Amino acid sequence: MSIKYLDITGVGIEFDTNGKKYRALQNVNLKLDKGEFVSLIGHSGCGKSTVLNIVAGLHQATEGGVALEGKEVLDPGPDRAVVFQNHSLMPWLSVYDNVALAVDQVFRKTKSRAERRQWIEHNLQLVNMEHAMDKLPGEISGGMQQRVGIARCLAMEPKVLLLDEPFGALDALTRAQLQDSLMSIQTALGNTVIMITHDVDEAVLLSDRIVMMTNGPAATIGDILEVNLPRPRDRLELAEDAGFVHLRQQVLEFLYAKHDKHESQAVQSVADSCAQLSAIPGPEKSVLSSSGTQAA
Amino acid sequence: MTDTAVTLPSQQRFAQMAAFLRPSQWVPLLLVPCLGIIVFILFWQFSASRIETSLGQFPGPVQVWEQLQNLGAEHFRERDKEVAFYQRQEKRNAEKLSADPQAAVKLRNYTGKPTFIDQIFTSLVTVAAGFVLANMIAIPLGVLCGLSTGVYKAFNPIIQIFKPVSPLAWLPLVTMVVSATYSVEDPLFQKAFLNSAITVALCCLWPTLINTTVGVASIDKDLVNVSRVMALSPLVHVRKIVLPAAIPMIFTGLRLSLATGWMVLIAAEMLAQNPGLGKFVWDEFQNGSSNSLGRIMVAVLVIGVIGFMLDKMMLTLQKRVSWDKQAVLR
Repeated sequence: MSIKYLDITGVGIEFDTNGKKYRALQNVNLKLDKGEFVSLIGHSGCGKSTVLNIVAGLHQATEGGVALEGKEVLDPGPDRAVVFQNHSLMPWLSVYDNVALAVDQVFRKTKSRAERRQWIEHNLQLVNMEHAMDKLPGEISGGMQQRVGIARCLAMEPKVLLLDEPFGALDALTRAQLQDSLMSIQTALGNTVIMITHDVDEAVLLSDRIVMMTNGPAATIGDILEVNLPRPRDRLELAEDAGFVHLRQQVLEFLYAKHDKHESQAVQSVADSCAQLSAIPGPEKSVLSSSGTQAA
Repeated sequence: MTDTAVTLPSQQRFAQMAAFLRPSQWVPLLLVPCLGIIVFILFWQFSASRIETSLGQFPGPVQVWEQLQNLGAEHFRERDKEVAFYQRQEKRNAEKLSADPQAAVKLRNYTGKPTFIDQIFTSLVTVAAGFVLANMIAIPLGVLCGLSTGVYKAFNPIIQIFKPVSPLAWLPLVTMVVSATYSVEDPLFQKAFLNSAITVALCCLWPTLINTTVGVASIDKDLVNVSRVMALSPLVHVRKIVLPAAIPMIFTGLRLSLATGWMVLIAAEMLAQNPGLGKFVWDEFQNGSSNSLGRIMVAVLVIGVIGFMLDKMMLTLQKRVSWDKQAVLR
């Protein structure tokens, strides 16, 4: 068997918080082909971001390791660019300068000044942000900020693009637009992508495989779902596609039937969300919260 | 009006300025502060006339205004004397040389007493020197402390112990050390100037150091991670990410330290008889003429106004350097 492009083998991590050991991940194994789009999905707190941070090199695995093109990952680096949830643009740099910071760092020696300028503009065009080059991040919308964050990562020409809930903070319409943009960019450039998401539709729409994680502590990969839907994919057509609906159903089943969070927690969270809805009258709420305490 | 909604920033600014020329715009803005000042002056006049000291009545606004003019006039008289002195000296030397080209010519400096206005400039230069000296140490050290927990832990006890020490306690030590170590033939700085400047620096150090440390340590974790992913070199990291992110806190420190530096300088000058506004106040107090209290009151007001202007200056600088133009700075 040939060596895979990205190889996550036997990864586990233990955090030390105030002398208490907490095992977040255990025995995570995942292999990616070049150009593959993989989503990580799971309940919050299950260690999805930790997996991503280990691949990025921002965290060091306690055991096991990550190899990219046969080389072990030890440090963070621009070959594994990360798009963070909250865009993470430097608020004091213009849109152009934010991308330039990355481009100047990565291509300082290989591209001339004019080439770099062209490359920055090209990447901003890819995400349709060339019109706002001279704006500060504070002057553009959240969706636009995230587009620039993606452009900054694409501009580094990473071997693997790591997306940490990239659209989580956006409204549904903007999110759909960005998903479509990301899909067409990935089709055009053939990037290898790992994306963390909470959104089942997003995972099925974008991915080649969906990696479903069990709950922590000692979270690991519960199941991997192949998404064999033909590309290019269209969200409107897929919405009623039997294959899409079935896949979606399988992910939901995994998340809410097989690996639901502990019942008491689930009930508690229902009670919490009820408490937030002022429309719900008091007695019902108290019934829910009392059942929560019983379950606990 | 809708078709003119899109205006250039310069046009907008001009429109704002034009609007400000209308009395309806600035009268309400100035009315309340003016009212405050008028009430204060009345209160001052009222209470001053009721305070008798051994040096006469406590100076009211009128006497202080007179002394302010006197001090100005004295300055120009002194300047005239100085010019006359040098003219006389030059003339005398020229005569000497024309009589005998080999004659030894003496050039003496004018040794007149520094005037109030001279003392203001001495104090300003001293505080600037101390402030710059302190921040040349405090900002880099603060950045280091903010970046590295190890460095912070190493320096923190020292910072915590020396921070609450009044710099005036250092003054005797500074004086002795300067006079022991700074003994060059033709000194660039006077010892008194160095004493005051170093004392000011010792108190300017801490607010900037602590605020810079906090500012650097509290940079958004995601931004630091972005920098790590881009594999920025430490120098680029500091220049492009750490310093801009910490600018607001650094300026908070700078403003605090300039304000305390200015206060401490006056005290140090009084205590050590180093030239400056503090010495002026002390000399007037020792002088004990009927005008002394009025002249001291002038100094008090001038010290206040200068302190206020120094802070305004820093605020203007902060607004210029800060990237967050929406931030409310006061």
